[in-house]
Amino acid sequence: MEERILHNHENEVTLRFPALSRNESFARMVAAAFVTTLDPTIEALSDLKTAISEAVTNAIIHGYERKPGEIRMYLALSEQTVYVEIEDYGEGIADIAKAREPMFTTKPEQERSGMGFSFMEAFMDSLEVISEVGKGTLVRMKKTIRA
Amino acid sequence: MGKEKHPAQYTVKNRTLYVALQEDLDQHNVDRIRQRLDALIDECGSNEIIFDFSKVNFMDSSGIGMIMGRYRRMMLLNGTVRAVGIHPGIERIIKYSGLYQILGNV
Repeated sequence: MEERILHNHENEVTLRFPALSRNESFARMVAAAFVTTLDPTIEALSDLKTAISEAVTNAIIHGYERKPGEIRMYLALSEQTVYVEIEDYGEGIADIAKAREPMFTTKPEQERSGMGFSFMEAFMDSLEVISEVGKGTLVRMKKTIRA
Repeated sequence: MGKEKHPAQYTVKNRTLYVALQEDLDQHNVDRIRQRLDALIDECGSNEIIFDFSKVNFMDSSGIGMIMGRYRRMMLLNGTVRAVGIHPGIERIIKYSGLYQILGNV
């Protein structure tokens, strides 16, 4: 399932880290630091951080159901655009269209708001979700940052 | 693992619970706040919660879920949830989530 979006990026980084909730802030701070050279507005930075946080949280809560696992985060820059991939190797999503519906959640008892994918969609320019049950989920997003 | 600072401070006055949020409201911190807050609600018989967002630099859908969950708890007790200290850094996500509709005079 692991595939690169494009080659010849100006800069790229891949991180692998354990699916621990502590790493949610780590992941979004790395992403924020990665795009500093684009001189993003506070709003653009906040959008990116939210989207990353949602994707990593999904991997932890849904992908691995809070059990141990590994998350891969890939970030790339090409001109003013940042490309993001967040991948887990956990449960996978049976019905992606349903999962992406606003307010839909499989875990209401954990007070999940069902807004994760909606936020990713709203705050990034594009969102692609690739998933296979029992294999894992790959979330791919991009955002052009206008200085 | 080192001891982490708890992400909120709580003050109880009569039946009002004032929650001064101190850190990013992501799933990691929200899990810890929820546990402490629910225990305090039970203990104090609270019917009003005031969340102070002035020190919150980041919030995602986990934060929204936690606020909505406490709102539902307060509704069952005929209570209220209010927010203070909302600033431009988190205003967008609060607006977008529809949280303004459930929070009293912000």
